[in-house]
Amino acid sequence: MAKAVLKGAGYSLIHTPNFLEHLGTTQTTELKTNPNSEYIKTLKQNLRSYEDVLNYLPNQVYIGNLHPDELKKYERPFCIAEYKNGTRYGQFGEIMPEDEFILLIKCADVFNLVLLEELFLNNTLEVYKKHPLTTENEIKQLEGKGSELTEIENAVNNGAEGIYFANKLVGCVKKAHDIDQNLSSHVMIENLIVKASATVALKHLLAQNKVDMESIGYLIECSEEACGDMNQRGGGNFAKAIAEMTGIKNAGGCDIRAFCAAPTHTLIHAASLVESGIYDHVVVVAGGASAKLGMNGRDHVKKGYPILEDVLGSFALLISKDDGVSPRIRTDIIGTHKVGTGSSPQVVIKSLVEEPLYRNNLKIKDVDKYSVEMQNPDLTSLAGAGDVPLANYKMIAALAVMNKEIERSDIMDFTEIHGMTGWAPTQGHIPSGVPYCGHLYNELTTNTNINRAMIIGKGSLFLARMTNLFDGISVVVERNTGQKESTSVSKEEIQKLIAEAMKDFASSLLGK
Amino acid sequence: MDLENQKRIKDLTEKHRAENIIVVFGAAEGELTGLAAETVTVGDPTYAGCLTNVSLGLAVYHAVEPTFKAACQPDIYEEQIGMMEMILDVDDITNEITTIREEHSQFNK
Repeated sequence: MAKAVLKGAGYSLIHTPNFLEHLGTTQTTELKTNPNSEYIKTLKQNLRSYEDVLNYLPNQVYIGNLHPDELKKYERPFCIAEYKNGTRYGQFGEIMPEDEFILLIKCADVFNLVLLEELFLNNTLEVYKKHPLTTENEIKQLEGKGSELTEIENAVNNGAEGIYFANKLVGCVKKAHDIDQNLSSHVMIENLIVKASATVALKHLLAQNKVDMESIGYLIECSEEACGDMNQRGGGNFAKAIAEMTGIKNAGGCDIRAFCAAPTHTLIHAASLVESGIYDHVVVVAGGASAKLGMNGRDHVKKGYPILEDVLGSFALLISKDDGVSPRIRTDIIGTHKVGTGSSPQVVIKSLVEEPLYRNNLKIKDVDKYSVEMQNPDLTSLAGAGDVPLANYKMIAALAVMNKEIERSDIMDFTEIHGMTGWAPTQGHIPSGVPYCGHLYNELTTNTNINRAMIIGKGSLFLARMTNLFDGISVVVERNTGQKESTSVSKEEIQKLIAEAMKDFASSLLGK
Repeated sequence: MDLENQKRIKDLTEKHRAENIIVVFGAAEGELTGLAAETVTVGDPTYAGCLTNVSLGLAVYHAVEPTFKAACQPDIYEEQIGMMEMILDVDDITNEITTIREEHSQFNK
């Protein structure tokens, strides 16, 4: 069977300082447990402007305006870099401002739960109409749909979740059920944010004109939220809701959940659906996690920097049948962290890197680039958790040392050659393996020395309190040689297979 | 330190008594190790969890520090931790955990 290919990738960030304050769990927890803390008191003055977010180097890498290697030229933290060339739109997507995104939350709502103040809606809509990907349907959903502020205030006083912009109440999300916690206003706003933010990345993917929208057969959503009601908490289906909102009419879809590892699991599922011939085009899509906004904010502020986790992330990948050009997804080189593998970093990395490569007669250094958890190191280092991608690259290098592929003194060189500086926001599934897919497509379809990459997803399952098992999965993506894979079997091979089967059958008759 | 982990450690300490508990960390950074070790000795420095202003004084060790390594079976240590020991800043982590242990642990030093 012909391998599936990675045909395109869309990525978007949404600057959300007000959602950070009202939905980020670090902030909401602090407000409950320590409401008079210095962090809460000074929160607003530690938030970044939209312009600062545009000029933040890792964000420009995320949307494809800068190559990941550009980050090596700057000192850290990147937030002090004198970089002023940031733009809203990039090769893969955009960095959307909060007010325009709030309109999309209303577009995502099909149960009349979202109210937006009339003046805010009208003024923002005039700006949003100039967006290159605004649709007539969106405008129809918004025009003349504003509400009185008093109605919004009353709703918030009765349990609706407020929507704020520039520190003012501009709207709300009402609860979808009187007593069902899974349809509470808080859960509804989180889920509508997933749906709306995923749509931004998906629209940018579709705008690349790599596929006719009508020919997309299936979507799989792989974020970390769950939509459902009290009888089926994670019933789903974000994927079809996102497809509907984007106007993809001929596709089915479902959600896959596996914590941060979900995107890589989903990439493999999508490739399998295409490789098996079930669908020609499958989209992998995910929205952002509002709960994680400002997750390490206290530490960033403590070190004298602004709160840097101020963007939602989203992405959409197009997995298609082999076109002879796009990078091939090697479903025969997959590393699986199995139930019996164990949880120490050593055995995890062996199962994800060493096992699949050695099984396919490849060495660890035969993979030109590893895409691991590509967290922007500013976000974690300033919180005392170090540089996550670098720690992963060191582990892969140490594995190569243990297997005598490289010398111990070559560990740092290995991380330099086979690794990258991270650029993705710490949104769980967003930085996990897949942020590289857009840049990887470029590397593997142009004249570079990158021919093979491994995408690695890892997840911490203990967070759901169902198991203490770790999770991880990896897959290799390679340059497309344009040659068709041999799918026919020769006459000699058939004769050999029949002879072996006859021999086995005879042995079984003789009771051997 | 994760709020739920703080609660679990507090509950275990109440059940088994502080002198019978040793906390072994696996954090990859000295700073993070120090913060976590501080939480279970003098209290949560972030004032977010149930160990805020609660001084448990527990014994704290890290999986890559020589004292802990010496207490392990060498072949199992090599199989489970050898690779991480190769790449972590063992000196930094050891300094952090030793400082907290000597200053704030009240048992099993």
